[in-house]
Amino acid sequence: MAQPLVVKKDDDLDEEEYYSPFLGIEKGAVLQEARVFHDPQLDARRCCQVITKLLYLLNQGDTFTKVEATEVFFATTKLFQSKDAGLRRMVYLMIKELSPSADEVIIVTSSLMKDMNSKTDMYRANAIRVLCRIIDSTLLTQIERYLKQAIVDKNPVVASAALVSGIYLLQTSPEVVKRWSNEVQEAVQSRAALVQFHALALLHQIRQNDRLAVSKLVTSLTRGSVRSPLAQCLLIRYTSQVIRESGVNQGGDRPFFDFLESCLRNKAEMVILEAARAITELNGVTSRELTPAITVLQLFLSSSKPVLRFAAVRTLNKVASTHPLAVTNCNIDMESLISDQNRSIATLAITTLLKTGNESSVDRLMKQMTNFMSDIADEFKIVVVEAIRSLCLKFPLKYRSLMNFLSNILREEGGFEYKKAIVDSIIILIRDIPDAKESGLFHLCEFIEDCEFTYLSTQILHFLGNEGPKTSDPSKYIRYIYNRVILENATVRASAVSTLAKFGALVDSLKPRIFVLLRRCLFDGDDEVRDRATLYFKLLGGEATVGETEKDVNEFLFGSLDVPLVNLETSLRNYEPSDVPFDISSVSKETKSQPLAEKKSTGKKSAGPASAVSGPVSTVDASYEKLLSSIPEFADFGKLFKSSAPVELTEAETEYSVNVVKHIFDGHVVLQYNCTNTIPEQLLEQVVVFVDASEADEFLEVASKPLESLPYDSPGRTFVAFEKPEGVIATGKFSNILKFIVKEVDPSTGEAEDDGVEDEYQLEDLEIVSADYMLKVGVSNFRNAWESMDPESERVDEYGLGVRESLAEAVSAVISILGMQPCEGTDVVPSNSRSHTCLLSGVFIGNVKVLVRLSFGISAPKEVAMKLAVRSDDPEISDKIHEIVANG
Amino acid sequence: MADFSKESCPSVKNILLLDSEGKRVAVKYFSDDWPTNASKLAYEKSVFTKTLKTNARTEAEITLFDGYIVVYKFVHDLHFFVTAGDDENELILASVLHGFSDSVGLLLRGDVEKRTALENLDLILLCIDEIIDGGIILETDANTIAGKVATNAVDGSVPFSEQTISQALATAREHLARSLLK
Repeated sequence: MAQPLVVKKDDDLDEEEYYSPFLGIEKGAVLQEARVFHDPQLDARRCCQVITKLLYLLNQGDTFTKVEATEVFFATTKLFQSKDAGLRRMVYLMIKELSPSADEVIIVTSSLMKDMNSKTDMYRANAIRVLCRIIDSTLLTQIERYLKQAIVDKNPVVASAALVSGIYLLQTSPEVVKRWSNEVQEAVQSRAALVQFHALALLHQIRQNDRLAVSKLVTSLTRGSVRSPLAQCLLIRYTSQVIRESGVNQGGDRPFFDFLESCLRNKAEMVILEAARAITELNGVTSRELTPAITVLQLFLSSSKPVLRFAAVRTLNKVASTHPLAVTNCNIDMESLISDQNRSIATLAITTLLKTGNESSVDRLMKQMTNFMSDIADEFKIVVVEAIRSLCLKFPLKYRSLMNFLSNILREEGGFEYKKAIVDSIIILIRDIPDAKESGLFHLCEFIEDCEFTYLSTQILHFLGNEGPKTSDPSKYIRYIYNRVILENATVRASAVSTLAKFGALVDSLKPRIFVLLRRCLFDGDDEVRDRATLYFKLLGGEATVGETEKDVNEFLFGSLDVPLVNLETSLRNYEPSDVPFDISSVSKETKSQPLAEKKSTGKKSAGPASAVSGPVSTVDASYEKLLSSIPEFADFGKLFKSSAPVELTEAETEYSVNVVKHIFDGHVVLQYNCTNTIPEQLLEQVVVFVDASEADEFLEVASKPLESLPYDSPGRTFVAFEKPEGVIATGKFSNILKFIVKEVDPSTGEAEDDGVEDEYQLEDLEIVSADYMLKVGVSNFRNAWESMDPESERVDEYGLGVRESLAEAVSAVISILGMQPCEGTDVVPSNSRSHTCLLSGVFIGNVKVLVRLSFGISAPKEVAMKLAVRSDDPEISDKIHEIVANG
Repeated sequence: MADFSKESCPSVKNILLLDSEGKRVAVKYFSDDWPTNASKLAYEKSVFTKTLKTNARTEAEITLFDGYIVVYKFVHDLHFFVTAGDDENELILASVLHGFSDSVGLLLRGDVEKRTALENLDLILLCIDEIIDGGIILETDANTIAGKVATNAVDGSVPFSEQTISQALATAREHLARSLLK
């Protein structure tokens, strides 16, 4: 055969630079060819070629059906007859490829077991690897003896094969592999580098759940018997794990730190890197501990190998986020990396410099960056933009050069994500640095003149409408905005119209001119644009009936939508067309915390059949409202203010499962008990919850609605209503007893007996707390909302919270006492911080908007102090918030 | 196939050998991150295009994207890639890459080209099989890897069998050295 591997050669393709030996290969034809495997006189070379072709097909992504795979597999097993070593090797490879898709793979075990005890080391090693992939635990016990021998085999290839297989088998048959500890321990002492590595990996996995054993292992090995670089890397990982788990260092010196430090002087670079990285990642690492690691990484920075430079700069970049000062020594080396051929390295260098830079170096850095930005990919640019944003917030005085830089890159080519990152950064800078406002707005105006992204245009227009009128010369923005009305698509035009209206409302001198512009928009081709123009035109002209005063107009234009969109959507869906217009104030303002709801539903699933009906009931507020208003006793309670999440009053898996939902009205509280009977042999009748309110003075029971019958596995509801003084935050504790009549049910017929027995069942206590009177309502921009509130309503006071576990714990405790919505992610406390400011917003009963600013500080003995500032629509409520905290 | 946490073994997610157009010569995946052939192809395409313009001929290069670290090296019209999770030790991956590209160089006797690679695909596949087993590094020394593959070469068809192993390796090394000096 001249060209043995060519199946079919197309003449047209002869002109190609090279031919592929697999040109025109077809699965069907190759499967036919596989018949040579059945020949009584095996042609080893030809068989090898066919296997290669099969493997080629699989490698290119072809798949075999189960039948095909099984057929090929059986044919392949015939090849064990051949003594050809090369063919045997290909057979092993083929079996491994086929083993997941073919049936009956197990039949080759005997052939493999024979090979496993062969005299040829290569057969032994490979047979072990293949066998361990296809074996089940019963067969494993049969060959366990051989595997144990193989682990301590003289030949390192055989030993490694057995050890690596052990790592796999540990996942399926841990109890078997754990018996090999002695052999594995012996292999750790092997002189072959890779055997040492594999043995250590397996030994650690065997012991990983036993902290003490891992610690012992590390203690004995760090004394220096491990020489292979890979094994040392492993040992460093295990050591840092032990350090992490041993927690706080007693008496200053960290255990095993000496070992990590000694690894920094290792010959192998991979060990040095692993050790340096382990040191930088230590919990609460000190600068004294960092210094040696930073020094070796600095040396790597000037290596000729890109991989080494990358590894070093990436590690230093991480360190710079937490210990910027420790990295400043490397700044000179870093700066030379900005021009590195490898753009990943250059980006990491730049962002590291931005993190460690000081005020004086900013200008120089910016100059270097301008060239740099043009030739890196968008994803790197975003990283840089984010770094610049945080740098600018750190050095507000340098806003001019940073803002210029941002506007320059904004003009260049770039994708949506990149442009969005820039626009977001500029907006943040405008918000936080008042001096930057005018130039920032101007840059944004320039940008929307030639912006291909509708989303960004509308975002900027909206922002311009809020900020532009407050600048010294609002008129200069009008041109940019009106250009949008002429040039852009409908979405952008609509938001430009809104922006124009905002200018008209706030700047009296511009009002007549805005009228002219709005009038032109009245004939726009798009409905939405026309509608908005008409509305604003009338509104500003004082013809519309949105409100009597100018303040109402502004409120309408600038007030943010204070209901969550999800709730608005649900309410609109529930709204049935009628004479009564849809009232937006009827939409619940409570932000649903989604993850909590999800957790609850999964929790209930395990609790049993209760989830069936109570699940949907507890999720939608609107359905509560409908439910309560349909009960005549509660109809005159007024508008439902808030419904709490269900509180479980029974343990999971008890006879009767009960949870309660607290419905808060202005002058009433309704407790809704959702009950489920989990005993098939019982029928409950006249179910009622007897509530003892003796520990809740201000509450007076006014109504109780019993449940007629509660059959097995179909949840029912019973209600108890209380009257409470209006405008008072009444709190108290209620004890509950479930009372009912039990009737036996014959499980075979499902019929209940006539006579029942009275019985009762103690439920857990229930509390009504001040947080129940607070709705979680977020605000989008806390600062603006805060400033728009009357400063007269502000009440400030300081509190000592005593010794707390951590700052985060204190913050979440106060949040839960108040029951308010944390804004702008301020509920998350960065670890190790000594102080924290938390912003909260909510609506108090009586529809009073409340904003709270909490400043926390923690002292060395974990003593937490808190300053609480409240603003609200009603100064009295501000006082009440303080009362709540003082009592909580 | 299990993915190992950082606490345990260094692990490789895939090894790729692509041609100068980004087409597969030989690939092997050790992770479930790419469950379908389509997702594998998409990954190969993005790796290939992202690294195409770089010069990874004299030294191995490295990049970070989509949460993976990729070390790579180009020899003639062949592109070698090794991928791992982004918290992996870069130098360990580089040693795997060198083991892979150098042993292929030895096995193809310095003639590292797509055409030769395809003609000796069996050797390339065995080579990958000897470097990584299910994500765990088996061997990184190029001579050892090539030695393990070459002992199994098919009798009569491959010139290796006419020489003793040490001879074969000597010639291969010579070829490699010559091609590097070019």
